Amino acid sequence: MKSLQASHNQLSDTFIQLRVLNSADESIAALPKFHKKLESAGLLPFKPATLDTLQINVGKMCNQTCKHCHVDAGPDRKEIMTRYTMQQCLDALAKSNISTVDLTGGAPEMNPDFEWFVEEIRKLGRKVIVRCNLTIIVANKRYNNLPKFFKKNQVEVVSSLPYYTSHKTDSQRGDGVFDDSITALKMLNEVGYGIQGSGLTLNLVYNPSGAFFPPPQEGLQTEFKHQLLERFGIVFNELFAITNLPISRFLDYLMVSGNYDSYMEKLVNTFNPVAAQNVMCKSMISVGWDGYLYDCDFNQMLDLKINKPNSNHIADFNIQQLINRNIIINQHCFGCTAGAGSSCGGEIA
Amino acid sequence: MNTYYNPEDLKKFGNISEYQPELAKKFFDYYGEVFKDGALTAREKSLIALAVAHTVQCPYCIDAYSTDCLEKGSNEEQMMEALHVAAAIRGGSSLVHGVQMMNKVKELSM
Ligand code: SF4
Ligand code: SF4
Repeated sequence: MKSLQASHNQLSDTFIQLRVLNSADESIAALPKFHKKLESAGLLPFKPATLDTLQINVGKMCNQTCKHCHVDAGPDRKEIMTRYTMQQCLDALAKSNISTVDLTGGAPEMNPDFEWFVEEIRKLGRKVIVRCNLTIIVANKRYNNLPKFFKKNQVEVVSSLPYYTSHKTDSQRGDGVFDDSITALKMLNEVGYGIQGSGLTLNLVYNPSGAFFPPPQEGLQTEFKHQLLERFGIVFNELFAITNLPISRFLDYLMVSGNYDSYMEKLVNTFNPVAAQNVMCKSMISVGWDGYLYDCDFNQMLDLKINKPNSNHIADFNIQQLINRNIIINQHCFGCTAGAGSSCGGEIA
Repeated sequence: MNTYYNPEDLKKFGNISEYQPELAKKFFDYYGEVFKDGALTAREKSLIALAVAHTVQCPYCIDAYSTDCLEKGSNEEQMMEALHVAAAIRGGSSLVHGVQMMNKVKELSM
């Protein structure tokens, strides 16, 4: 499978994605707008509550090409953060009290400066989360050492596993991904990840493999823990259940499979104002591979830069301005506020 | 094309209250209570609903509970096993009446 960009799919143009979402010429033009929903719930202006996390996308290159990927990542994507931009992130961190750095991609480990970057962030005493797709650990010999590297730097590992069986995992993430993920999880367990008392956190992420919503997180976590232990002897800490947002490759899937209208309608009908108060843009800033700033990773992939035209780059990092900004919202935001809500840490309501 | 069943009608289930609000309210309140976690989990109840939906062959319920089972964390194998339970009971309930047939045949035969 190729990325939308490499296959010249019109949805690789973020303008077209936004046009579809705002249904300029579609049958569901009548769906209410996200800002109207916020307004009637008394949640405008929509501003951050705090800024405790810097989520940094170090590049769109990935060894996988998952069908639902909101980054449109893949082996054919060459956008990669340079060491120069990483240094700008470090400078920004040094002058702030942001406690957590959440590294994502693509497969962040494929950035040639990944290890240097993690070590430098740790020197600043900040917590590092790496969104590791698991298969990268076994994709090539040079990555086999990642579990030990993570351990040495006390990195929190967050990894996607859409189900505890191969069929549902591979249908979303590609043939053979499940088996490789299981091998990688065992390697992480071996160095202590997910083991009680080790202090090494291994969290898993569940995304639905299709046009349906995630199950309630708590029951699903119990089921995953039971099944992964029984079947493979694998342990982990927490499971985050995340809703797929209707952007990029998941948007393409929804449209091609004929599920777009009903999925959007369901997202809108299950809008939850409590979830809306805890969405991740309320406490984070997302940095793109080229250093531009966004309210979240989803806005980044829709090329919706933060609402500060003169200081929207990490080089101009100004915490006071960022805290005071208005968050850029659009129709995809309904994906964060549906039902129990969804953030990169799972349910939020 | 005109058909008796229209998928869009599923979303209008609540409209039955237009003609009889009190009974509809009682029914929907009861329905909501039934499907909550109890001695059985909501996931188990959804699998039972899926099996029953196939027994009563209601396209609306099959649509709704196929989605609901996935959204409660069940997988395809579990869902199909639930249907086999329904099928086994359907088949079994036909066949167990074979004893009645045999009784009658014996009554009539020399
Ligand atoms: S979802 Fe993650 S692992 Fe899959 S293609 Fe996208 S970045 Fe890569
Ligand atoms: S998509 Fe981004 S901006 Fe919109 S609600 Fe979710 S986190 Fe906030």
